[in-house]
Amino acid sequence: MKNKFIQSIFVIAVGSMLFTSCKPKDSGDAVSGDAAQKAYVAPGKYDEFYNFVSGGFSGQLSVYGLPSGRLFRVIPVFSVDPEKGWGYSEETKPMLNTSHGFVPWDDLHHTEMSQTNGEVDGRWVFANANNTPRIARVDLKTFKTAEIIELPNVGGNHSSPFITENTEYVVAGTRFSVPGDYVNGDVPINTYKQNFKGHISFVKVGKEGEMDLAFQIVTPGVNFDLSHAGKGKSHGWMFFSCYNTEQANTLLEVNASQKDKDFIMAVNWKKAEEYVKAGKAKKQSVKYVRNKWDEKTHTATSETKNEVLVLDATALKDICYMIPCPKSPHGCDVDPTGEYIVGSGKLAALIPVFSFDKLQSAIANKQFDGDYSGISVVKYEAALHGEVKKPGLGPLHTEFDAKGNAYTSMFVSSEVVKWDIKSLKVLDRVPTYYSVGHLCVPGGDSKKPFGKYMIAYNKITKDRYLPTGPELAQSAQIYDISGDKMRLILDFPTIGEPHYAQAAPADLIRNNGQYKFYKIAENNHPFAAKGEKEAKVVRQGNKVHVYMTSIRSHFAPDNIEGIKMGDEVYFHITNLEQDWDVPHGFSIKGANNAELLIMPGETTTLKWVPDRVGMFPMYCTDFCSALHQEMSGYVRVSPAGSNVPLTWSVGTNQPKI
Amino acid sequence: MKRLSSIFALTILLFVSCGKKESSGDDFSKPTTEAPSTEAPSSETSSAATDAEKYDPHRGEGKYDKVDLGAKLDQAMATEGEKVAGVKCTSCHKLTDEKLVGPGWKDVTTRRKPEWIMNFITNPDPMIDKDPAVQAQLEICLVRMPNQGLNDTEARNILEYMRKNDGVK
Repeated sequence: MKNKFIQSIFVIAVGSMLFTSCKPKDSGDAVSGDAAQKAYVAPGKYDEFYNFVSGGFSGQLSVYGLPSGRLFRVIPVFSVDPEKGWGYSEETKPMLNTSHGFVPWDDLHHTEMSQTNGEVDGRWVFANANNTPRIARVDLKTFKTAEIIELPNVGGNHSSPFITENTEYVVAGTRFSVPGDYVNGDVPINTYKQNFKGHISFVKVGKEGEMDLAFQIVTPGVNFDLSHAGKGKSHGWMFFSCYNTEQANTLLEVNASQKDKDFIMAVNWKKAEEYVKAGKAKKQSVKYVRNKWDEKTHTATSETKNEVLVLDATALKDICYMIPCPKSPHGCDVDPTGEYIVGSGKLAALIPVFSFDKLQSAIANKQFDGDYSGISVVKYEAALHGEVKKPGLGPLHTEFDAKGNAYTSMFVSSEVVKWDIKSLKVLDRVPTYYSVGHLCVPGGDSKKPFGKYMIAYNKITKDRYLPTGPELAQSAQIYDISGDKMRLILDFPTIGEPHYAQAAPADLIRNNGQYKFYKIAENNHPFAAKGEKEAKVVRQGNKVHVYMTSIRSHFAPDNIEGIKMGDEVYFHITNLEQDWDVPHGFSIKGANNAELLIMPGETTTLKWVPDRVGMFPMYCTDFCSALHQEMSGYVRVSPAGSNVPLTWSVGTNQPKI
Repeated sequence: MKRLSSIFALTILLFVSCGKKESSGDDFSKPTTEAPSTEAPSSETSSAATDAEKYDPHRGEGKYDKVDLGAKLDQAMATEGEKVAGVKCTSCHKLTDEKLVGPGWKDVTTRRKPEWIMNFITNPDPMIDKDPAVQAQLEICLVRMPNQGLNDTEARNILEYMRKNDGVK
């Protein structure tokens, strides 16, 4: 009986196997036989690429491996992260400071890796906050957010954080034009045309990555959507897509889709630099902050800035030019040679490709079609290299490989289309699941694409995974693009809603001098306890500073008495370990914030205001050794005015005999 | 059973004949460079037998073959060693023979050769895996001694501090 049952199972299994192996290609599921092998990374082996993926409305940056799609880390950037104490520890709170005060959440849309000579260099990843406009820089030696700069005069920092080919600048264009912060914004909304302006920010990036708002360019009010820098021959120029050139202020869905053509704005930023040097920029009074992380003090500082230099695009005639681009362009991508600029009109049935050389000669020969609110409009045909005909529906974003091919995502028809940049011929198309937004090819927006894989980040997931109620994981797909045809090899779920992503060869990142721990000798935190002999508790009025150490597996001190109601207690915990992958955690009952996760050699502070008299256990949250469960202690809280003396100890507070 | 095996044979045949011709040269699972360095604990791939044969329990394993000690204590070195030990060692080790997290330091310099101590404090992980005495100790302490990232000078100063603790004048 049993045997027969097994036999029939075998027959069924064999049957389905035969069916699968003989199934003709392109017959539905779009996965070919060796997909598993292509995406498989054996246990203990490393992935070929790091993939830095925006976390969308989670506000964070996720790090995946390619081709396995394994999640390695979620780096907190613009949103608090109680798991890591980000935004909860005293040291990290200033990182989320803005001119609006502490902002615990944002919407991280795009990632962009730093480049040198147009090639990905593995130093930093930049990311934009879309809601409360900011740019962040993540240091790839520590995988930690090292700096965040706020942008004044801007609403919806979407067209960001794209960089120039030597990371001279990281740029940001406003999605929502608004009256600048330096004028009265208390005006009727329907005075958009008169009062609303676009501001494009050029943030200078220093040698150590430090960001400084160098200047802004003020433009007529439109919605800037995306951008990319020129490279090679077009280095010195930046291209921004813009929609709502109708200047609608309500029901944009209809009112911003009226015109046949909107624009790609070409900005000669080298020229703009000259104007700034020549004193042509107006100093405007604004308010924004810049937050920096210090690796030696393990502490962030936030400084407020009050001025910005603004160049007027309409007064200075030769820094900005408008190139007509069909139907509300979204993606604005420049090919590896720097010659071709691809505009993706999201409502258009074709993809226009502009030529940098033709644009230059059109500008030189004044082949203009009048102006747009004072900015010269270049004749469409004069700048056009050609159009990709019938590529699909809803083109959004384009990435490139090193072989002269472009890959464009089609949102409405849920597919990726591969086409030849020079001949503009469509070469291949593959379905995505579903409604693809951004694409990523490793190095795909640089001078030197690494190719091999293309990842599609989709907006709709539907039936791709086991259902989890109304809310589903976001879905991404990896395609092998090493051959003529694109081939789907893997689905993987992502956090938030991923927008843009970047990828780089693993060796470039893992051999960049990454830290394994922080040297305790270089710890300049003012409350560091370097060794248990420095562990102590100090009362300053109602503020109590606990200088605590952690090592496998105890805290020092672990018995504290003499804390009183009304006290503010600051636990400054120094992790004394000097080895890789040995963080200690810290938590105390009733804390109204989060845990701390302290890296080896680091000092981190948790503020705790006891709310009642009694006994409060504290413990290490990160399993650290066989005696991790023993890594704990007690804090005794007495009433205000109690005469219990302040005492602390480890190992000596024994019962009285 | 016979029927089963013939189905199997058929399957393999069909599978092969239907399979796509792909170059198997592309190994996507290959690590991009060598496996993690020796710093990672217990990830050594070489056979344990060979290691055990090679392991010298008197010298330990690490970069130190022979450590020359002065006839007298170097007071300055011992003082420096005390400072480093305060940051990196004495959270877990007492100066007496009492065990805290790890064993007390008293008489360690008479129990162990100087090169063994130097190797152990700079290269603990492989020695915890191989040294029979350390393994026995681990059964008592249950916490692997962490690598505290000591450089040569720091390690040698700590050794001098241990000698001072053991009464060397």
